[in-house]
Amino acid sequence: MSIELGHFALVLSFALALVQATVPIIGGRLKSEALMRVGEPAAITGFALVALSFAALTVAYVQSDFSVLNVWENSHSAKPLLFKITGTWGNHEGSMLLWVVILAFFGALVAVFGRNLPRSLRANVLGVQGAIGSAFILFILATSNPFARLDPAPMQGRDLNPILQDIGLAVHPPLLYLGYVGFSIAFSFAIAALIEGRIDAAWARWVRPWTLAAWLFLTGGIAMGSYWAYYELGWGGFWFWDPVENASLLPWLGGTALLHSALVMEKRSALKIWTVLLAILTFSLSLLGTFLVRSGVLTSVHAFATDPTRGVFILIILMIFIGGSLALFAWRAPTLSAGGLFQPVSREGALVLNNLLLTTATATVLVGTLYPLLVEAVTGDKISVGAPFFNLTFGPLFLPLLAIVPFGPLLAWKRGDLAAVAQRLFAAFGAALAVTLLVYVIVDRTSVLAALGIGLGLWLVFGALTDLALKSGLGKVAAPVAFRRFTGLPRSVFGTALAHAGLGLTTIGIVAVTTLEVERVVAMQPGESVEVQGHVLRFDGLQPFTGPNYTEDQGRFVLSRATGAKLGEIVSSKRFYPARQMPTTEAGIRTLGLSQLYVSLGDKTPSGALIVRVWWKPMVTLIWLGALVMMAGGAVSLLDRRLRVGAPMPRSKPVTATQGNRA
Amino acid sequence: MTRKQKRLAIIAGALGFLGAAAGLTLYALGQQTSYFYMPSDLQERPVASGQRIRLGGLVEKDSIMRGDDTQVRFAVTDGDHTVKVTYAGILPDLFREEQGVVTEGIFGADEVFVADTVLAKHDENYMPKEVADSLKEKGVWKEN
Repeated sequence: MSIELGHFALVLSFALALVQATVPIIGGRLKSEALMRVGEPAAITGFALVALSFAALTVAYVQSDFSVLNVWENSHSAKPLLFKITGTWGNHEGSMLLWVVILAFFGALVAVFGRNLPRSLRANVLGVQGAIGSAFILFILATSNPFARLDPAPMQGRDLNPILQDIGLAVHPPLLYLGYVGFSIAFSFAIAALIEGRIDAAWARWVRPWTLAAWLFLTGGIAMGSYWAYYELGWGGFWFWDPVENASLLPWLGGTALLHSALVMEKRSALKIWTVLLAILTFSLSLLGTFLVRSGVLTSVHAFATDPTRGVFILIILMIFIGGSLALFAWRAPTLSAGGLFQPVSREGALVLNNLLLTTATATVLVGTLYPLLVEAVTGDKISVGAPFFNLTFGPLFLPLLAIVPFGPLLAWKRGDLAAVAQRLFAAFGAALAVTLLVYVIVDRTSVLAALGIGLGLWLVFGALTDLALKSGLGKVAAPVAFRRFTGLPRSVFGTALAHAGLGLTTIGIVAVTTLEVERVVAMQPGESVEVQGHVLRFDGLQPFTGPNYTEDQGRFVLSRATGAKLGEIVSSKRFYPARQMPTTEAGIRTLGLSQLYVSLGDKTPSGALIVRVWWKPMVTLIWLGALVMMAGGAVSLLDRRLRVGAPMPRSKPVTATQGNRA
Repeated sequence: MTRKQKRLAIIAGALGFLGAAAGLTLYALGQQTSYFYMPSDLQERPVASGQRIRLGGLVEKDSIMRGDDTQVRFAVTDGDHTVKVTYAGILPDLFREEQGVVTEGIFGADEVFVADTVLAKHDENYMPKEVADSLKEKGVWKEN
């Protein structure tokens, strides 16, 4: 397949996106069925064209066609096949193309699965999707063309940045983009609702599965990125509050708030205007993230682009979409009717509190991320805002949120009884408190924080279990009846419980590793040992090794318990990639239960000893396991019969009444 | 409560949270930000000992000295002035002589900068953005 074919397909898809952005919306205004019907074929064909264009680039990477500038800059013929393929999105141009492919994919999904949406709503949603698509395709064509040729073609490519040659990177960007771009659907629905000036609970029922799917992928993308940074950068850190990481956390926080407010809207038809605003803000944060990462204003491993025209271009897209949608909101939101009433102490009230805490926490992260850029633009001073800032601002807002999570699902809609709920949660609270005391007395008496944090995480897990137990009537009815009720619970109830328990597990992991971690930095000669937290690590010396496109010095270690029982070998190495003249550190990691022993190599001292950094990371895997459990919760909820993508239920169904009591 | 009162209560609650968040943010920005300095900037704007800053520049040629423990000493220069730095730990993979570096820490009593973090950009050109910008301002920047 020729690369020009890909380029041509992309140009065609741009033209088609323009049609998709205008014709269906005009059709909606004119009430013309024929014009509105243009949306679906345009979206599906558009996706086929962008996919073809992405396939053409991938083929050029697989064939190591160095006559393509982008391939020459980011690939090498000796690179393993997997990294040739993933290298397609391991650079600025390719990753933007992936962004557009996923956007078109979601648009096509709406076209295919949105058959039972009201005509004009579907037309407007596809129109807004087309507008976003055309802006970003134009961005690629005008400033970041991945299809540029190179003449004469060089013999060999410059290779992909070695730290990106990793399986984690193969998965991280597509997942992250599925999340980022997935929120565009919620955004398009919000804009469509504003254009139509009409919104009801059914709207929330359509938006929620899309938001849930995007949230699920974004959760996975962030977790994957965090684990990748943890093992690949060799520093043993899982989160650095780096602006680029914040760029992915911001839409996640916004999306989490959106999920919860859409729930209120769907069940109780309240918070309509707020939900529309959140949908706009969440996708705006995704766009902002794209801008921060892709414009080169930040220094990071992600900042491939340093061309200032790109930054300006994305900034213009950002201003048009965010400014335009907020202006539309200010103009049209007052026409939307207000929703149902509720008492402050109720499920709705709890979800409002959740939203308030989440959005203010989002705001503090946003300020911390943008403040240094702002200060530099205004005064020229270069400052950095790091972990201490976020611990001081994000922490105090997020901790109370975690503490109230178990109450939410137990409160009744409309009017709840806080005292009764507190009574029901008494067992969960007691159990969490007991473990807290146990941790304090047995594990570490010096760190009250560790015990409290782990207790908080367990409170979330036990709270989720209590919710399931109560809803299946455990203890009130006979065990077989309770079991039958348990298996008959709506899947979204399991989804909620899983997601909340996963959040608890992640909390435990983060708290345990930040408070109880043990670090040793030692200079070691072969044969010497170091003891870390009841484990002995013996250094057996360095061994050279040659990989497909790198050479490395492998440090070999033998790990055993302090009692002498051997646990196995750990290999940690210093790699060198000759194509880029670049060294990397490959950490040696051994998982023991939920904890990990992490070994990273440094330089040699004049006397020939090797500097070795060893960490004991207690319960560190829970950080990512918790994210997996959260994702499982999202997936289970998505499978709920009542929430099937694009299949709205009539509002009057009595199901809503029973789920109101149980869900 | 009427609809209006409820809305007011929610708005008041939201303002309360926003106020708390704004307060925390302002306090934290005052306490927890660290300014970026090049060695020459220190001549113009001296830094109190104990104040946390980020110091950037080039690693001076032949200045890297390793002890037999994990201590490393090196000097950061911007061509005009030089500051001595000590660091205990493992340096980033791309830490090299005459290459850009950003260190974070505080000044000890003896005018030696005690770094607890040494940052390097993961790129073959290996120049942290702040350092590149500052060198361009000083006119000593060389394109490759």
